Amino acid sequence: MTYTIAEKIVQKASGRNDCRPGEIVTCNVDLALLLDSGGPRRIWPRLKELNVGVWDADKIVLCTDHFVPAVDAASAAILKLTREFAAEFGIKKFFDMQGIGHIMLAENGLLEPGMFVCGGDSHSTHGGAFGCYISGFGAIEMTGVTVTGEIWIPVPETVRIDWEGNFQHGVTAKDIMLKLCRELGMNNGGVVLEYGGSTVRNMDMQERAVLCNMAAELGAETGIVEPDQVTLDALIAAGKTPAADALKWCSDAGTTYKSRLSFSAAELEPQIAAPHAPSNSGVVSEYSGIKIDQAYVGSCVGAKLSDLHMVAEVLRGRRVKFGTRLLVAPASARVMAEAAADGTLATITGAGGILLPTGCGACAALGAGILAEDEVCVSTTNRNFKGRMGANSASVYLGSPYSVAAAAVAGEIVDPREFLGLSS
Amino acid sequence: MSGKAWIFGDAINTDVMAPGLYFKNSMEEMAQHCMEAVNPDFAKQVQPGDVIVAGENFGVGSAREQAALAFKHHKVAGILAPSFGRIFYRNALNFGVPVLRFPEYAEIHAGDEIDIDPIAGLVVNHTQNKTYRVDPIPEYLMSMIKAGGLMPWLKQRLAAGETL
Repeated sequence: MTYTIAEKIVQKASGRNDCRPGEIVTCNVDLALLLDSGGPRRIWPRLKELNVGVWDADKIVLCTDHFVPAVDAASAAILKLTREFAAEFGIKKFFDMQGIGHIMLAENGLLEPGMFVCGGDSHSTHGGAFGCYISGFGAIEMTGVTVTGEIWIPVPETVRIDWEGNFQHGVTAKDIMLKLCRELGMNNGGVVLEYGGSTVRNMDMQERAVLCNMAAELGAETGIVEPDQVTLDALIAAGKTPAADALKWCSDAGTTYKSRLSFSAAELEPQIAAPHAPSNSGVVSEYSGIKIDQAYVGSCVGAKLSDLHMVAEVLRGRRVKFGTRLLVAPASARVMAEAAADGTLATITGAGGILLPTGCGACAALGAGILAEDEVCVSTTNRNFKGRMGANSASVYLGSPYSVAAAAVAGEIVDPREFLGLSS
Repeated sequence: MSGKAWIFGDAINTDVMAPGLYFKNSMEEMAQHCMEAVNPDFAKQVQPGDVIVAGENFGVGSAREQAALAFKHHKVAGILAPSFGRIFYRNALNFGVPVLRFPEYAEIHAGDEIDIDPIAGLVVNHTQNKTYRVDPIPEYLMSMIKAGGLMPWLKQRLAAGETL
């Protein structure tokens, strides 16, 4: 028998070598990610109600990211309770205001190939870039994980998505995902998206994470990239020693997929998703000329160091258009420090960009940068549902960091390649 | 007990069910804003026992459990849709809110009197005098469903002396 990487991990986690797609199995959890949003504030009262503690404090990662920094009494109270939970249960992997949880797992080398991980946030799929099975769950189920260390899942089928060749300059993993949201729709329950091909092999971990992060938008169980030397190098850079057999976590040659799709990266153009769904997307030229009030660079998917580098590349020698605001919320404290050290932040602020604190921020209408009635925003984030970033009448367009920076300069949606000397 | 059908379209997302602007508020306050972006009357007028009938991918989006909890708060008898957002579906099951895959959703009209039996896998439309057989909850999860959700189920297991 041959298996996909996802099937191999589920087999290991469930102890069931004979499980079949669709069958429900119980898996042992190697690591659980809890956030301030659906973490202690919702889980702790339930632990008290059950009169139990946590199953394994060393396998729990806790981050404050949704409500940081506190802006009112309610968010301050949520953060205080989160800190008290970490102290009460001895959670050592506690990252307080250090960055968005999905970024914390990646930066700190906490994900390794073959792990089975549960996260209390839909974009936990982000970590699939490390060749682990990591999926998002609500706080009620993370309560169960926190108590038992177990979760049930339907054994998923795998869809293999290959991208081949090189991008045009100004095209990114984000553009791949906005195109896939349109082509595959957002209702792909029960499948794992396994990404491969030369385009993906040539991506760094931050770009691979975009593919896995937005597997959530496609409704998938998770996204995954088979590990390779790039993966191992990232773990080593994070101070970890990868297992000697880490690369055994791969799909067998000739294994059966639910379906296989293949795309050419060279033909891909920058994509924009129009309100009010990531699947409502098209090539950037379809939306050129739409005036914007705000350009937002933020979130787990769109404010990593590589994203800020794209923004700075567009902004270098240019200025944000008068009457338009560019808000930039780096995804972690480390991203902030590295972007400060290499001059990226100076380029952004020098062009008129406004720097915001690290955290989930305006992406989910929680932090700074919320939209007023009828305002128009173009954003590097992953969702543009009605009301997602504030007022129900606001319009949010999604794009790559290149596209968002270019719109900030033009004051309207524009092909970013015009700012990279490669107009089509 | 039968309830009135509330009809919603395709791809109703969790930001609509539990808007981020009210995320820090209590569940009671949050529930008052459930669905207001698509139907401002819903939260004001829904009655215990009413049934949600919706199109494809109901609950697409985030992991926020408040989306499913808002319907539990309003004491809806169940949610019928041809497909569900993955995490929303799981959250609802874990709260003991019956979520049933229902391909015939377009046959139900707003205000129809509906009865559902999630254990037997039955939906009855009293207004149209029609009965539908639906896929029951998976057998593997039935003990949790019968207990009323994850918390009562964990309590039962602890009371039985199980080490979790």
